Amino acid sequence: MFLINCPFCGEREQSEFKAGGEAHIVRPKQPTELSDDEWAEYLFMRKNIKGIQFERWNHAHGCRKWFNMVRDTSNDQIKAVYKMGEKPPVK
Amino acid sequence: MTNNLRFKTSKFIDETYRVSFKFNNKTYFGFKGDTLASALLANGIHLVGRSFKYHRPRGIMTSGSEEPNAIIQLHDNSSRTEPNVRATEVEIYEGLVASSQNCWPSVNFDIGAINNLLSPILPAGFYYKTFMWPASFWEKYEYFIRKSAGLGKSPKVADPDIYEHNYIHCDVLVIGAGISGIMAAKMAAKNGFKTLLVDEKSYLGGSSIYDSSEFSKINNQITSSWLEKEINEISKLENLEIKLRTSVAAFHGYNFLLARENLTDHLPINQRENKVRQRLLKIRAKKVITATGSIERPLIFDNNDRPGILLSSAVKKYIDLYGVACGENNILFTNNDTAYETAMSLIQRGIKINAIIDNRELIDSKISYEVEKNNIKIYKGYTVVDTYGYRRINRISIMKLSKDGQTVIGDKTKLNCDCLGLSGGWTPAVHLFTQSGGKLKFREEDQVFIPNVYPSDQISIGSCNGDFSLEKIIKNTLSSIKKFLDIDNSEYKNIETISGLNQSKRNIWLLPSDKSIGKTKSFVDYQNDATAKDIKLALREGFRSIEHVKRYTTTGMGTDQGKLGNMHALGIISETAGTKMGEHGTTTFRPPYTPLTFGTIVGRNVGKFFDIVRQTPIHDWHVANNAKFENVGQWKRAWYYPKANENMHQAVQRESKAARDCAGILDASTLGKIDIQGTDASEFLNRVYTNAWSKLAIGKCRYGLMLNEDGMVYDDGVTTRLNENHYIMTTTTGGAANVLGKLEDYLQTEWPELDVYLSSVTDHYATISVCGPYSKKIVSKVIPDLDFSDEKFPHMSFKNTKIDQIKCRVMRISFTGEQSYEINIQSNYGKSVWEKCMEAGKDFNITPYGTETMHLLRAEKGFIIVGQDTDATMTPIDLQMDWIVSKKKYDFIGKRSLYRSDTIKDDRKQLVGLLTENPEEVLEEGAQIVADIKKSPIEMLGHVTSSYYSPNLNKSIALGVVKGGKKMLGQKLIIPMENKNINVTVADPVFLDKEGERLNAKL
Repeated sequence: MFLINCPFCGEREQSEFKAGGEAHIVRPKQPTELSDDEWAEYLFMRKNIKGIQFERWNHAHGCRKWFNMVRDTSNDQIKAVYKMGEKPPVK
Repeated sequence: MTNNLRFKTSKFIDETYRVSFKFNNKTYFGFKGDTLASALLANGIHLVGRSFKYHRPRGIMTSGSEEPNAIIQLHDNSSRTEPNVRATEVEIYEGLVASSQNCWPSVNFDIGAINNLLSPILPAGFYYKTFMWPASFWEKYEYFIRKSAGLGKSPKVADPDIYEHNYIHCDVLVIGAGISGIMAAKMAAKNGFKTLLVDEKSYLGGSSIYDSSEFSKINNQITSSWLEKEINEISKLENLEIKLRTSVAAFHGYNFLLARENLTDHLPINQRENKVRQRLLKIRAKKVITATGSIERPLIFDNNDRPGILLSSAVKKYIDLYGVACGENNILFTNNDTAYETAMSLIQRGIKINAIIDNRELIDSKISYEVEKNNIKIYKGYTVVDTYGYRRINRISIMKLSKDGQTVIGDKTKLNCDCLGLSGGWTPAVHLFTQSGGKLKFREEDQVFIPNVYPSDQISIGSCNGDFSLEKIIKNTLSSIKKFLDIDNSEYKNIETISGLNQSKRNIWLLPSDKSIGKTKSFVDYQNDATAKDIKLALREGFRSIEHVKRYTTTGMGTDQGKLGNMHALGIISETAGTKMGEHGTTTFRPPYTPLTFGTIVGRNVGKFFDIVRQTPIHDWHVANNAKFENVGQWKRAWYYPKANENMHQAVQRESKAARDCAGILDASTLGKIDIQGTDASEFLNRVYTNAWSKLAIGKCRYGLMLNEDGMVYDDGVTTRLNENHYIMTTTTGGAANVLGKLEDYLQTEWPELDVYLSSVTDHYATISVCGPYSKKIVSKVIPDLDFSDEKFPHMSFKNTKIDQIKCRVMRISFTGEQSYEINIQSNYGKSVWEKCMEAGKDFNITPYGTETMHLLRAEKGFIIVGQDTDATMTPIDLQMDWIVSKKKYDFIGKRSLYRSDTIKDDRKQLVGLLTENPEEVLEEGAQIVADIKKSPIEMLGHVTSSYYSPNLNKSIALGVVKGGKKMLGQKLIIPMENKNINVTVADPVFLDKEGERLNAKL
């Protein structure tokens, strides 16, 4: 079970958090301008990487804030956490 | 015989404390300090069970948690009885009752042993291969197979014991209190680390604590004496907590570990009352030091499983620790020096050793010379090829090994014995390390897997790290701990060790025999009866990966997870396939290390503490008025209120009729309520609902439908504009938490620029809904000061008001299609306002109704229930709710998805009404809907989602989803049931009052 460093609350047990999938997928500003394929790309397509992955997490049983995490999915090492809107601190 | 076997020289046994216990209905005696295994051995009992598949007699094999054979049924009553308990771990107490498993009528005479004679036709995969045809017969085969399989019996009634969970946070966790664990714990604690030391046994010191050999010394003291002083010292350390009888079950990522602490299992039953039996420790450690030691390997040869065959280290432990001789005529069979330590322990007490069979040609160590000096015959370069004796070993035959160790040569020699101790070298106990995600490497010279890459802040020390000699254990423990904890090593200066053993070993995974392999039974996995022959068969049949071989042969799949034999299985695979060890993978060790009871896993979360129960503020009234409840998420909702002799159907029919003819009252407090405030609240609602919100006037209510981004209906409910920048949203009961989460997600991540604040207020308000033609009269009596006229208080509007000085909100909204008022008041006044309504409605036949009637009434109106009439594949268009989807709004969640190529198809499943040909016939919810039953296969067009008998329409009504249903109005369809086909007609889903006149009906 992960120990997650919530950017607002500090280290907490994973059981307090909810995973929210891949990060940095921005909702298109003008969805109506998009073709079916472009919309499907936004809606369904996810990278599901083995290795370094950028993810959204929510401190659901805590401050309820969403934040981003960089995690190596091959060994579950959390490389960094950062607030929404911030640039990822690692490549 | 009994007296000959007990050597009362052990300080671990209290000879003054005699303990009586029962095994297989016979009473025996042991001493305090005995395990069930040591006490049985002291009574000359080796045969304790029958094997899983062949029902072969099996005895005690080991002295610890790795035991594969001596698993017994503990306790004889139906509540406490526990199957598959390792006799080697059970500490005896007065009145203990245990029995053998997997045998009938008795362990000495077991009918199932016929399988042993049938074994030539019971190879690996026998059941898979034999019972495949015809496939439909499996259910018949299964009954008999299940009957003859299985180990112990599970308890039949509730567990009377108490269990609990406990969280522990520490700087350093040390697992295993052997010599390296004790040293590590002392160094950690003395350097300011808050340290926890755990060990599965009831004593500290591991196997060194009973090592009184002159051949291994620390600072010129006998190992056990040196260690005793260390233990004495650490028990006084403030920073150190020690937990005995505590077995680490799981080592997860981020140094999160689960351990089982055994608190009362060693006590007589009458001393256990009101005490916690076992505790599940949830440990989060900054650093973990694993010192779990190693497990001795058996040797793999024909008939290596008879009672009386033990690991040589177990023979040593039984005599050294418990003062019990496992036999009077012992033979040791080894490929390394450790068996000579066992020999010395037996020699010291004058116990007879007939011979030592050693695979090695050349044996060169002090301890082996010492053994030879005692006139013990050592057969160098020999192997055991067979054993004899049914219920106990009585003879072995040995032969000389060829130079390459692949065949046997010369003549067969037979030797008598009643106990055979095996030593095939040692396997580091890396189970916990691999559970944590650690990667192993293979060390060729002594054929062991040792820790290589650590996934977290942890280290393995001692023999679980592959350090087997006393010198290496001490030296490497000191240097590793110093580095790992970044401390000065001032504790152990100038520590010197002497050892009379050398580490030479002749490793042969499968020992050769004079018979062909097909005629041998060389057990690799004792518990599951998997032999070397089975593994070779699996390879011949094309299996290569260890994970596949394991599942096919069931090697390592018993309750012991193959702690003894997994390495041999890997060895035999790589030898047979001609590949390197580890090339076909190592098997994955999964938690728990030793089995856990369910009690430990659930802890206190039993009975009414199993899950959270949410009750409305009016719950007590429902209980007092005979309500039946249904679970909606965690909520207990009143389902229906049967009067005397009424069944559910009758109650619901009565309630439904009363709600339309007179008045009904519903507790709607469970509906989710979200308070929405902020200058952008209207804009926010515009974006999350499909319809437009900007123009909703203050004091008005509106129904909204919420979609997922994929266009599918997610939730619905009425939202009221309380003020310019203040709304209250209601959600479905089950969807409340998810809706709040979704709204927060969009606000925080996609639209952080919006000035909107959300609060869940579900529990803050009680919601009472009064409906029916008399509803206005009733609420007017409850709130006399408020003008309820249709002009002042029309449908879909709201008023702030007071009941007896208490502020409340009244909404005129309807889920039944009747004129209806919803009173929202601070929770703690809910029950009294409910009672006021009941009192006010007395003359109008006010009838409390539950969720079932609510569902019936809304179905008459064709109102959907999200999650019942929809699943995650229904768009608002599919629901024939086009009217609620704004064409003008530029965007809202899910809008773009409503005209994807798939969502605009005509033949999607769409919501329709269904009327049965026979109006008395009520459809089954979930039933399939078809058009043509002659077609094969029959095309499924959809299914029934809601179905009731309507007392207000006097006929059966149903909602369903049907492919292309929108265009099928009036068309006949068929619901095929088990015994009949029901004819239905597609209808408008609104069955009652399509014009909505009842919303303003007056009486």
